[in-house]
Amino acid sequence: MKVSEGWLRAWANPAADGEALEKQFSMAGLEVDGVEGAAPAFSGVVVGEVTAVAPHPDADKLKVCTVADGEGTQQVVCGAPNVTVGMKAPYAKVGAVLPEGFKIKKAKLRGVESFGMLCGPDELGLSEERYGLMELPASLPTGADFREALDLNDTIFDIDLTPNRGDCLSVRGLARELAVLNRVDFCAEPCPPVAPTIDDTFPVTVTAPEACPRYLGRVIKGVDVSCPTPDWMAERLRRSGLRSIDPVVDITNYVMLELGQPMHAFDLHRLSQGIEVRLAQPGDTLTLLDGSEVSPAEDTLLICDGAGPVALAGIMGGERSGIHAEGEARTQDIFLECAYFSPLAIAGRARRFGLFTDASQRYERGVDFALQATATERATALLLEICGGEAGPISGFEAEAALPKRLPITLRSARIDALLGTAIPQDTVEDVLTRLACTVVGEGNSAERTWTVTPPSFRFDLEREADLIEEVARIYGYDNLEVALPPAALTLPREDDGVVPTSAFTEALLGLGGQEIITYSFIDGAWAEAFCPGAGLLPLANPLSPELAVLRPSLLPGLVKTWQHNRNRQAVGAQLFEIGTCFEAGENGAVVETQRVAGLLTGPRVPEQWSACGDALDFFDAKGWVETLLGLTFDGDSFTFEAGEHAALHPTRRALVKRGDTVVGAVGALSPSFAQALDVSGQIYVFELSLAALAVRVVPQHQGLSRFPAVRRDIALDVPKVAAAGAVLATAKAAAGALAKTVRLFDVYEGQGVEAGRKSLALALTFQAPDRTLGDEEVEGAIAKVREALAKDFEARQR
Amino acid sequence: MNELATVREEALGKVAEAEDLATLENLRVAYLGKKGALTGVLKSLGKLPPEERPAAGAAVNAAKEEVQAALEARREALQGAALEAQLAAEAVDITLPGRLGSQGGRHPHAVTMGRIVEIFRQAGYAVASGPEVESDYYNFEALNIPAHHPARAMHDTFYLEGREEQDAGDPRWPRLLRTHTSPVQARIMENTQPPIRIICPGKVYRVDSDVTHTPMFHQVEGLVVGEGISMAHLKGTVIEFLRVFFNADDLAVRFRPSYFPFTEPSAEVDVECVHCRGGGCRVCSHTGWLEVMGCGVVHPNVLEMSGIDSERFSGFAFGFGPDRLSMLYYGVDDLRLFYENDLRFLAQFA
Repeated sequence: MKVSEGWLRAWANPAADGEALEKQFSMAGLEVDGVEGAAPAFSGVVVGEVTAVAPHPDADKLKVCTVADGEGTQQVVCGAPNVTVGMKAPYAKVGAVLPEGFKIKKAKLRGVESFGMLCGPDELGLSEERYGLMELPASLPTGADFREALDLNDTIFDIDLTPNRGDCLSVRGLARELAVLNRVDFCAEPCPPVAPTIDDTFPVTVTAPEACPRYLGRVIKGVDVSCPTPDWMAERLRRSGLRSIDPVVDITNYVMLELGQPMHAFDLHRLSQGIEVRLAQPGDTLTLLDGSEVSPAEDTLLICDGAGPVALAGIMGGERSGIHAEGEARTQDIFLECAYFSPLAIAGRARRFGLFTDASQRYERGVDFALQATATERATALLLEICGGEAGPISGFEAEAALPKRLPITLRSARIDALLGTAIPQDTVEDVLTRLACTVVGEGNSAERTWTVTPPSFRFDLEREADLIEEVARIYGYDNLEVALPPAALTLPREDDGVVPTSAFTEALLGLGGQEIITYSFIDGAWAEAFCPGAGLLPLANPLSPELAVLRPSLLPGLVKTWQHNRNRQAVGAQLFEIGTCFEAGENGAVVETQRVAGLLTGPRVPEQWSACGDALDFFDAKGWVETLLGLTFDGDSFTFEAGEHAALHPTRRALVKRGDTVVGAVGALSPSFAQALDVSGQIYVFELSLAALAVRVVPQHQGLSRFPAVRRDIALDVPKVAAAGAVLATAKAAAGALAKTVRLFDVYEGQGVEAGRKSLALALTFQAPDRTLGDEEVEGAIAKVREALAKDFEARQR
Repeated sequence: MNELATVREEALGKVAEAEDLATLENLRVAYLGKKGALTGVLKSLGKLPPEERPAAGAAVNAAKEEVQAALEARREALQGAALEAQLAAEAVDITLPGRLGSQGGRHPHAVTMGRIVEIFRQAGYAVASGPEVESDYYNFEALNIPAHHPARAMHDTFYLEGREEQDAGDPRWPRLLRTHTSPVQARIMENTQPPIRIICPGKVYRVDSDVTHTPMFHQVEGLVVGEGISMAHLKGTVIEFLRVFFNADDLAVRFRPSYFPFTEPSAEVDVECVHCRGGGCRVCSHTGWLEVMGCGVVHPNVLEMSGIDSERFSGFAFGFGPDRLSMLYYGVDDLRLFYENDLRFLAQFA
């Protein structure tokens, strides 16, 4: 809501200056979003009177004018087409500084001297349009300071109102706030009834009284819509951000700004039979004033006449019945509508048509339901004054029972003090609420006082005791409330030692050199489908773009996309991870959210440097990361890596990670065909694990340390290339017996010196007994069993 | 005894000239060994008359000790030189860069969230979480925002496809991406009796994207419910947190009345601009203040809907965007950078 200080001060005029008012508004919950002058800065401009106009000897479009400036007369060359003798216009004297620092100097135009400049509104920053000189009322004294004459030193506040304060979408409402905050009088503009001079009425029926409890109308005949809107009104509208359109529309807008009551004027002769206020029916269509055609849904309230809809109630009028200010079909008789529509009947409807109108904004938040007659009188008086005409009586529809009620609320002084943590003086409470136009009846003693408070009709936000306490606090000033820390018992936090905290996974990945990323939870549907074919995808109904359209079923698309983004910006490699939520449709319409951890590795293992070679990252780096995470459970042996299906992974370089029979994730190279389709090149290794399955951990139990030496034996053997190292190790471990502490694979070799189709493996076994030094025979015996078992299971040959 | 003098001279001379430890050892054998020259002289003393023997013996022993000492001195000198040479040969260029592993780091938002959570945990707040796909009930209704409430316009909400199932009476529809972390408040209060002291960090979503808005962002919600909890406690807690977060015990904080359907009274919190310290700059649009938080006393309707006696208990709640705090803390001017994950950007905070 934009409003000028000058207009507000006509209703409430505190001593505080404009800057103080701005702060008061903001600190009272009416946030001032911007402050601007009624005109940009300029100086040296006075009201000039053109006393003579002569043609320029050397230019057809220029004129040589004589301008009186109160002190004398000056010769001014002017190019404006509308300059005439006797007119008054802003005159920038020599030495004046116009907006944007434009300085006025003595000049010669085509050989004729010019002292100063006659100005148009565009040149003074008062209008965007350019149409010649700004004609000023003859009543302004010649030579008067132009800014003062037009009150251009006025300040315009742009106030960002919260949805609960519909009452402040008017000068009346905002001025009341100023009056309360400054404890000064609130001077409402009197709106005396305008006595009807004709008997004409227009019939109104309302078939949706819940949505429209009151609909007042008034016929005004013989109005002259061609007369101009008075400058004072056009200027107040301008300062509130509204353009002057025609006097009738301007007057309804003016009353809306002044009192907060939206109104609509119909051309009486473009209405047939009578007004019917009803909910939309199938097939209803309407062309709005802005030219758009709408087919409203059945919960939309319409204003109709005998020929169909003429307006979207509380939102916008229709084209067919609008005021015509020009031409032969010019409006002569009007029907003025002033209604109370219930907020629920209007809320959200305008948005469906992409509209946000001054009327809908007010009706959605609640218009004062006691205001309609007053506003009608106010608009009638202005209409008769400006456009002339004869007014009929106010008539219409009213369903008293459907109008909102203002019920009394009990307010306890003890409750105020307890909720605010601050003792508020009782007379302050009474004063604040009374000034806010509540009726306040107190009872009880000073120790425990109780008030019965009935809010005014324009406050839709005061329903409970807490609402009144907020009003008291708001006017008392939040900054004046006490400051304290809440008391609390020193209980200690409980933590579940059976679960690995998510932060432990993050720390492990950081320790491995991973870079944490955070990507959007919604991704491209094609990527989601490609990574997780067959998953129950959850598309958004209203995505921002196709790239952000589907809730991610996996973290991998985000990681790959992030790599793509960085590779396109010359990154040579990346080691990324993300921990976040993934989403899938479950059974019976459920949404399943899972927390996952995933990573992506590509490029050199370490950054290029003089002291280390930049070997490329491979499958085993990714697997190593996964194994580190599994190790956080102290139960790494419960996990296995097994071959299995995964749409995004390289068929011969992928593994599913299982805990028991449950698949907890996967690791592998991004499938080459897949990488190509997504336009990401290079070997990319990824993993993704479900945290829920991963996070279950055991508390490690101490194993006694042996005082006796360990014995290491290495064995080298070759096995067919297809033999899985994991199986070889498992067999070796089983065969080595209980004394074998570790069985480690320390070399794998294929190539020269090893028969084609076979590979060489080197195993290191350590043996240790808790109670004695092991003898050679014991160890050799175990080694022999290992060799035997490997020979049997894998055709292993000793090397 | 001229022979002794000659041998001594010769030995000392050769020791002085010896260039390595092997030569020294040979000299030791040659002069002091069992068959060595000085040993020979000692042996020849037997030929002397008995009265001369003690003096001659002493002279030979003195010479032997002298040569022995010279050998030792020379050995030490040679060993020292060898060590010097070895150390010189082992010199490294200490200005060469150290060996680097892979370089990673935390996402700056995660750092900020971690700091916030830690600050509140230390004060005894428990950390709570809730689903990101929410029902209309928890995101709006349970927070005193019924359908068609104008406050819904402040939340540009992402909905999941399938809203029409609402008509089938399934209370979980319409499904939406939570627009704030406040639903966690409602979920916690439904299942917990006061005292409650929690914070809920998490991701939230709104249909918005520009320099200061991303369609996904983080929020931290705080809730304290108990007996005698007041707006003064809210002010105290919020001021304390902001001063701790920005490391400034004199940071000015102000509370402006505002409107949230789930709190009453409600407030918007401004801090003195952390860039210009209130003087006015580009970051604070020359107002000297930065809007950082919304908060208020929990609306009695919200307590009652969650089954908490609003006469006996009261509480306060606050919610804020760590992303905006990250922006201020790290001096980032475009919020979208945080979700582009450009490694050059992220590396600045690692």
